Amino acid sequence: MSMHFDRVSVTKGTREILSEITLELTESRIGVIGNNGSGKSTFLRLFNGLEKPTSGMVRFSDTEDDLRRHVGFMFQNPDNQIVYPLVEEDLAFGLKSRKLPKAEVAARIERVLSDLSLTHLKGRLTHQLSGGEKQMVALAGVLVTEPEMIVFDEPTTLLDLRNKMQFMRVLATLPQPAVVVSHDLDLLAGFDRVLHIAEGGIYADGPPEEVIPAYRKLCEDLGGC
Amino acid sequence: MLTDLYIPGDSLLHRARPAWKLAILFLYCTALFVVTHPVVLTLGLLLVALGYGAAGLSPRDAFTAIRPALFVLVIIFAAQLWLAGLSMAVYVTLRLMALLLAAALVTYTTRASEFTEGIMALLSRAPAWVPKDKIALAMSLVWRFIPLIRAQFDEVREAQRARGLERNMLALLVPLVVRTLKTADEVAEAITARSLD
Repeated sequence: MSMHFDRVSVTKGTREILSEITLELTESRIGVIGNNGSGKSTFLRLFNGLEKPTSGMVRFSDTEDDLRRHVGFMFQNPDNQIVYPLVEEDLAFGLKSRKLPKAEVAARIERVLSDLSLTHLKGRLTHQLSGGEKQMVALAGVLVTEPEMIVFDEPTTLLDLRNKMQFMRVLATLPQPAVVVSHDLDLLAGFDRVLHIAEGGIYADGPPEEVIPAYRKLCEDLGGC
Repeated sequence: MLTDLYIPGDSLLHRARPAWKLAILFLYCTALFVVTHPVVLTLGLLLVALGYGAAGLSPRDAFTAIRPALFVLVIIFAAQLWLAGLSMAVYVTLRLMALLLAAALVTYTTRASEFTEGIMALLSRAPAWVPKDKIALAMSLVWRFIPLIRAQFDEVREAQRARGLERNMLALLVPLVVRTLKTADEVAEAITARSLD
């Protein structure tokens, strides 16, 4: 499985957010770093088709299918991702448009909740969950659709240390390739590849042990990268 | 009706079809409004109390249902007392309470997804150009986002209290509206990301 970016540019109004990005992403864990406003969220949104390129093409593996069929998207704030009041109902939401039989929907929900050790939350009201529980339920809502790749937009920003560590453990066990945008450089330390996005382009691309220290140094030297 | 959310349970009311519950609610409300007689009101109140008992709900749940409307109920009572006397004030206030309690009973015993299905069933004969899925989803979102917006309001109120502005309506409403609109954008995007449509 791989994601291909072929000379992808995104322009909004007169401002070019991303410029001529060409990449082939085949690694299992890919981190994306960069300043606020550098274009990394726009870059991430291209994976799921939430953002359409102004020019160029984004393709998942060799298919011409809708990207959304293959790529799940985890938002920063789970409160805005959870749509239904009950956990069970919310997990079923992502499967509605897939027109699956009810038994298959129920089986998938059971399986994902069990995999994430969340079975006890099945009948709970989503607004009564803790921040960490909401994050895991939002992840369950993505996993239940069985995506072949998952992208995460700053997934640990709203989590305390305990929940962050739990999230990191779960992330490590996911079989799908994951692309994670994060300011939390520790989270990305064990990844296979890190992309540093700056001024709408790929400023650095390589293993985390090279890209992250260089990014840190840039921030220290320039006082703002 | 929108004061609180589903309370899980396995009573007959929980298991009843949402379309039936909505239809009975409609008949109940119409009857209480059309037949203005104390016996009908007493029967209506008894019926709703029985409904709460049958659904395994407590008097506290009933109070939670009418609590947000207490201020309005007091105003209505005072206005009726002034305009029409004590007996009419009691009658009108109790009738409104009965309606609120009955509506809350339906939301307490019906999942949002069942409402969606119920609304879809009611709209099944609507013309093709009516966006049935979207209407049903929008109704479900109301259920989900009442507590979220309430929590956002509490946060804004706390923040403004820290600045000594808790009585300034503008200071409360502007951040709340901005946050709500931003949330709406993000939720719309999340729905797009999670659906194939």
